[in-house]
Amino acid sequence: MTKKTSRTTPNNHVALPRRQFLQAGLAGSALAATGSLGAASVARADGLGIPDWSRQLGATVDDAPYGKPSDFESGVIRRSVEWLTATRESSINFTPLYALEGIITPNGICFERHHAGAAEVDPEQHHLMIHGMVDRPLLFSMEDLLRLPRVSKFYFLECAANGGMEWRNAQLNGVQFTHGMIHCVQYTGVSLKLLLEEAGVKPKAKWLMVEGGDSAGMNRSIPMDKALDDCMVAFAMNGERLRVEQGYPLRLVVPGFEGNMWVKWLRRIEVGDESWQAREETSKYTDLMPDGRARRFTWEMDCKSVITSPCPENPLLAKGPNVISGIAWSGRGTVKRVDVSLDGGKNWTEARIEGPVMPKCLTRFYLDGWEWNGDPVYMQSRAIDETGYVQPQMTELQKVRGVNSIYHNNAIQTWHITKTGEVENVRLA
Amino acid sequence: MSVLLKGFVAALVLGVVCTGSLSAAERAFEGIGRTPTPEEIKSWDIDVRPDGQGAPVGHGTSAEGERVYLVKCASCHGEFGEGAGRYPVLIGGHETLKDMRPEKTVGSYWPYASTVFDYIKRAMPFGDAQSLKDDEVYALTAYLLFMNDVIDEDFEVTQDTIGTIKMPNEANFFMDPRPDAQPDGPACMKDCKDEIKVVGRARVLDVTPETGGDDKPDMGEGSAQTQAQAKPAEVAAVPAGDPAAGRSVFNKCKACHVVDSPKNRVGPSLHGVFGRTAAEMEGFKYSADMKAVGAAGLVWDEENMAAFIADPKGYLGSVIGKKKASTRMAFGGIRKAEDVRDLIAYLKQETTKQ
Repeated sequence: MTKKTSRTTPNNHVALPRRQFLQAGLAGSALAATGSLGAASVARADGLGIPDWSRQLGATVDDAPYGKPSDFESGVIRRSVEWLTATRESSINFTPLYALEGIITPNGICFERHHAGAAEVDPEQHHLMIHGMVDRPLLFSMEDLLRLPRVSKFYFLECAANGGMEWRNAQLNGVQFTHGMIHCVQYTGVSLKLLLEEAGVKPKAKWLMVEGGDSAGMNRSIPMDKALDDCMVAFAMNGERLRVEQGYPLRLVVPGFEGNMWVKWLRRIEVGDESWQAREETSKYTDLMPDGRARRFTWEMDCKSVITSPCPENPLLAKGPNVISGIAWSGRGTVKRVDVSLDGGKNWTEARIEGPVMPKCLTRFYLDGWEWNGDPVYMQSRAIDETGYVQPQMTELQKVRGVNSIYHNNAIQTWHITKTGEVENVRLA
Repeated sequence: MSVLLKGFVAALVLGVVCTGSLSAAERAFEGIGRTPTPEEIKSWDIDVRPDGQGAPVGHGTSAEGERVYLVKCASCHGEFGEGAGRYPVLIGGHETLKDMRPEKTVGSYWPYASTVFDYIKRAMPFGDAQSLKDDEVYALTAYLLFMNDVIDEDFEVTQDTIGTIKMPNEANFFMDPRPDAQPDGPACMKDCKDEIKVVGRARVLDVTPETGGDDKPDMGEGSAQTQAQAKPAEVAAVPAGDPAAGRSVFNKCKACHVVDSPKNRVGPSLHGVFGRTAAEMEGFKYSADMKAVGAAGLVWDEENMAAFIADPKGYLGSVIGKKKASTRMAFGGIRKAEDVRDLIAYLKQETTKQ
């Protein structure tokens, strides 16, 4: 077989991050590609040839009982930013949004955020307890839960800190790092409302405390209205059981709300009349304002969008027709419209929404018919949701929130496309 | 929920099940799942609410907590809660919440004392969670609250008192007012701004993984591109304090400093410190910044010592033109002006004895 060389981006010829690319020994072709725009494919005098895969047998049906992407796609992986956190167990990695199409994130590249590492839980020993202000406390095994009626829904999950490093200025040069604390899958599980009805919630109960079975014992308070609205206790994602790092065997799904509330390895739900003021809803996941006061219970993820092609990992390779595409989402419902600007926000054009539009789910958009003439471009996208909420520019957000709130940065992203087709993360005044 | 009340509810549920008459609505899926025993609930029910609900029977003081802290916590959080590396800072940070680099600690930020207990009990020590006894957790809670000037040194934190402690920053939290930052009318489509001005480039900063760069800005709490101007620490006049009260304040210092002999420990001896130039205690290895303070001619007196104790790194920084000086002293400072005055009075009395 021919030597396999991994690419890191969907574009066959150029791969960022550049250092990794150079290390892969492809510097020549990369520079050739960026250096001579439009020469993506050169005619070969001896014809297109007959490669090995056209002559020889391929892999057997037993070689990959659980398949994985082509080795040529081995660069499409979660990546982390080492300086962000004290340890690798209490840390985060990022979804490679630049390489994704449509709206669904494959399970193996859904970003991870743990507070004490990914717990490996034996489903036979796992239980879900519901107690507190209920008529009857209940203890469910996984087998029990699998006997109850199921629901399957598509939802995005976004960390409240997505974009948190970008508050003060453009800092990380890649959509994986600026926007990659998000994924979107189809969850299957039991509606939380059903479980609470089984336990019988007391009339004065207003809150739940949900708790994970990992060694962080992650706990959050969930308001009863939300719990009875659309929350789900999920055991599957994208048609298979949850991945370990996503809370196997059981996680809470809190559609549209910040990812920290989607407690993984869910083991306990206590019903009460007051919130718990857990560490993760006081010390963390509260938003510090310029006056030194802090917003709490900032649950909903504001409407947001980003262009994933082009982006720093997906530079332009040729003048003429190019694909502009991205994703949009809102924690308050469906995405109603996405606009794209090619001049840094001076003028906007409505983009085409492609595929299903579902509430609290990623929505894919395209700007058709764009031809790049080789001039620098300041590209932005702006999403508007069904409530009429308009994704703001960072200058507007900073006017209200300053730069120390860490969480809930949903500002418009600017990509600067240079004359060479490279794309950089910039901040506009 | 209190243990007693829990037992009552559990007994009630069991009683209801036994008599076969549910007071509430029947279950739709009777037979799926079972009633957990009171012991099963108790074994998992570790949470504590701000009002003290859920607090287990137990007690602890700051002195007890300091002993546990030094063994189980200091390796990550620092001997004075200053945080090693990127581990969280636990102590100090008062009046920094409007700064460019706010320090959100237990004392400066956390709104409820119960959260300290709840979090330590469930998640600490990191990698050895739920290994501490309830009395140890109470003691650690007391220690962190004492070191943050929230409670007095001899205050005992118990299941009855934890819900009574008021944290200084509680009133500064308010409910999420979003949506915010919205335009007055519909989203602008044409001629929305006059000019395009680039004010930041991620490539220039160069901290993106795999593209190199050694700069390590904070996650959202500051970046290499924006630095606040150093604000000189305010030097207040120092009224006379109470040396007897200052002796108690000095408990925060005595692990590293002696006052009555020229013997250096983790920190330099304070014997004869007043009137001495900074960084001149014989035999002590000072930091470069402290040496610079000495070279700048700072001679310790009551006023500058008070300013230093109130904000060690900030004050020394103001002397040598930095936002924060880097010294070997990890201690974050003493918050209450009254405590600083008392401590100065105590030091004046003790460090001059022959």
